[in-house]
Amino acid sequence: MVWNKQIAYIDLSTGEIIKKQIPKSIRERFLGGRGINMNLLYNLLSPSIDPLSHENVLLVGAGLLTGIPAMGSGRCDIAAKSPITGAIGDSNVGGFFAPEMRMAGFDHLVIKGKSEKPSYLWIHDGEIEILDANHLWGKDTFETQSIIRSDHGDEEIKSLVIGKAGENLVRFANIRTGMKNSAGRTGMGCVMGSKNLKAIATRGTLDIEFAHPKELLDYCKDMIDQVMKNRYSRAASKWGTLIIYSTTNTTGLIRTRNFQLNQLEQGWDIEPEEMDKYTIGMSGCFGCPVSCRHRYTLKEGSFGPIFGEGPEYTSLGAFGTMVDCRKMETILMANHLVNKYGLDTLETGGLIAWAMELYEKGILTENETDGLKLQWGNEQVVYELIKKIAAREGFGNILADGFKPAIEKIGKESEYYAIKVKGLSNLHSDERPTPSLALGIATSTRGADHLRSRPAIDLYGLPEDFLEEIYGGSMSSDYRSYKGKSRMVWWQELLYAITDSLGTCKFQTVFLAVHAPKWEEYSKLIHLVTGMHFSVPQLKEIGERIYTIERLFNIREGFSRKDDTLPERYFREATPIGLPRVKGFKIDKEKFEKMLNEYYALHGWDNEGVPTAITLQNLGIKNEPDQNI
Amino acid sequence: MQKILFVDAEKCTGCRLCEIACSLHHEKVSNPSRARINIVKWENSGLFIPMVCQQCENPICKTVCPMGAISRDNKTGAMLIDEELCVGCKLCVMFCPLGGLGINKNRKILKCDLCGGDPICVKFCIPNALQFIDANAINIKKRRIAAEKLSELMKKLLEISI
Repeated sequence: MVWNKQIAYIDLSTGEIIKKQIPKSIRERFLGGRGINMNLLYNLLSPSIDPLSHENVLLVGAGLLTGIPAMGSGRCDIAAKSPITGAIGDSNVGGFFAPEMRMAGFDHLVIKGKSEKPSYLWIHDGEIEILDANHLWGKDTFETQSIIRSDHGDEEIKSLVIGKAGENLVRFANIRTGMKNSAGRTGMGCVMGSKNLKAIATRGTLDIEFAHPKELLDYCKDMIDQVMKNRYSRAASKWGTLIIYSTTNTTGLIRTRNFQLNQLEQGWDIEPEEMDKYTIGMSGCFGCPVSCRHRYTLKEGSFGPIFGEGPEYTSLGAFGTMVDCRKMETILMANHLVNKYGLDTLETGGLIAWAMELYEKGILTENETDGLKLQWGNEQVVYELIKKIAAREGFGNILADGFKPAIEKIGKESEYYAIKVKGLSNLHSDERPTPSLALGIATSTRGADHLRSRPAIDLYGLPEDFLEEIYGGSMSSDYRSYKGKSRMVWWQELLYAITDSLGTCKFQTVFLAVHAPKWEEYSKLIHLVTGMHFSVPQLKEIGERIYTIERLFNIREGFSRKDDTLPERYFREATPIGLPRVKGFKIDKEKFEKMLNEYYALHGWDNEGVPTAITLQNLGIKNEPDQNI
Repeated sequence: MQKILFVDAEKCTGCRLCEIACSLHHEKVSNPSRARINIVKWENSGLFIPMVCQQCENPICKTVCPMGAISRDNKTGAMLIDEELCVGCKLCVMFCPLGGLGINKNRKILKCDLCGGDPICVKFCIPNALQFIDANAINIKKRRIAAEKLSELMKKLLEISI
């Protein structure tokens, strides 16, 4: 059964490793993955610790459903206190690491302390060793994985690694696995670097057992069919997440030139079809029928012949629309560079676009930028800045600390141009015409982010009775309306909390695909895998427990209602272009605040966004952290 | 005509659904190291090749088996191992040039049996890299692809002559 998969507490300062069973009561309350990680984070950390000190923990968790033949069941959840925001840090990554770790006997890792010298973890069939990583230090994320494989003479080894950016403690360094997959957001690679931990390598040959294997196999085939019946899934099989750009850019929901325009005009050279020129095929994560990643080659260019995977929709925005570069080749090259160095594509692009606007406004000059002319569309500047950030060199060193410290150094007037929430950069979507999407980035517990709640199906203009059937309340089918949209965001937050705890992919639930599996299907899958029974309301309650515990962590770190807001420009500047139906929109402050009140009430939080005593009691959460877990 | 498990490696996306479905079907667990099929990957250059027993026409495994434990199932075309006769000498594993056979956790031989004529891996392969098709259909398919290339060439020639 999945019950025999352990949790390991690894102290890098002392070398002590303790392996424990995961209590069933924890599974019943938090399932796995993000759920268990968030509970650990809340309970293990003292308030106000420095995220880069030995007191921070790095948590790695497989999902409850990791290893099933459907749903993209290979996802891994990585958490720590974020060195960018000071709030919860949490990043979910696909690929093949989590199932391999589970087959090595472990579902969760709690990595404490700090290693004296560079080291890496070697986890294999029930054993965990801390090994020397001196020979890996300085290597890029691709080389590191190859060297570990050849050191152990096993091509099947899967690793989570950091690159130069993580070593140099760039605040938004990511953790990478394989050619493409990244735990990108909230700076988890920086925490890993601060612990002198270069990699976590794993190889497992132990069984993952299930309560009802035969029924599970049949049901997984049904799930694959259900997912692939969605038009979105089939389009993603061909063009990946880039397919989203076709509609969002045509409509005018894409931030361009940082935040000056909401559409990349003449942006056809970065349409998804353009990828056909570079693609040799698609690539899928573990257990995924969709396979939404491109395998691409760049034959020529300033960096020589390149093979890479990706890019995602976010990279298209980060190195395309936001910096006004209109060539697919630029995006592929920049994508390759951030992957090589281990930088979050989104935060990197967001900061570069911000710097370009500051340069245009004269707030930054060549004196501060090492002589670089930060002009829109200058791809050489984009490459140069990526390298400088990773190396913490010159002006790159200022950007490498993320928005908050960079604003302090550059000056207060630069803050207005920073498109961030809770200190974390937003992606390249412009949410001014879409209140549901705007509320989602404002309330996200990890800072501006679309993967915490985005109700993307709001953009489809679905019939109101259909929306009511899904979300359980009345709401407008017009995406520009505020009516009922708080419910949408709340509902999606609970759903995604469960998805991340099951270790399955969000693209295989109600994100962009309307008829994709959700609560009922999850309930049945959990039963077939573990034998546990959860009704739909019980699953929603677990989602609520996870989200509320994230909220409590943030409150303890000083976050409050004032942080659940949008960049000032959302309220002041109206969208200048786009289709008539999205042109001239800004967020109405009063309606936004009303929506926020409704949202808090749905969660059972008071008007300041603090969970009420009754809510905590209902969810069985103690006010005081429980050290005994 | 008997069907053949045909591997079209160009279509493989490396998702490993075939491996997990195979181990879950045969062993009732999820564990690619106990699957009868595996995707061999060169991750850094994006090359994925599913490898599985090819049910050879002149099978070396059968030739080297000292117990005569390996024989063809005339219904499905699969080479099957008679568990009663097998003594576990592993000569078949040693001599198969394709790595088509492996050793299971219980030290028994791990070999594709085409799931009795309805391979589970094919059902789970969404990109159609794995196909269970008539042997002559493979040829027809390949000929069509080759002919398409030829037809483009012909068209170009025609354009030139015009």
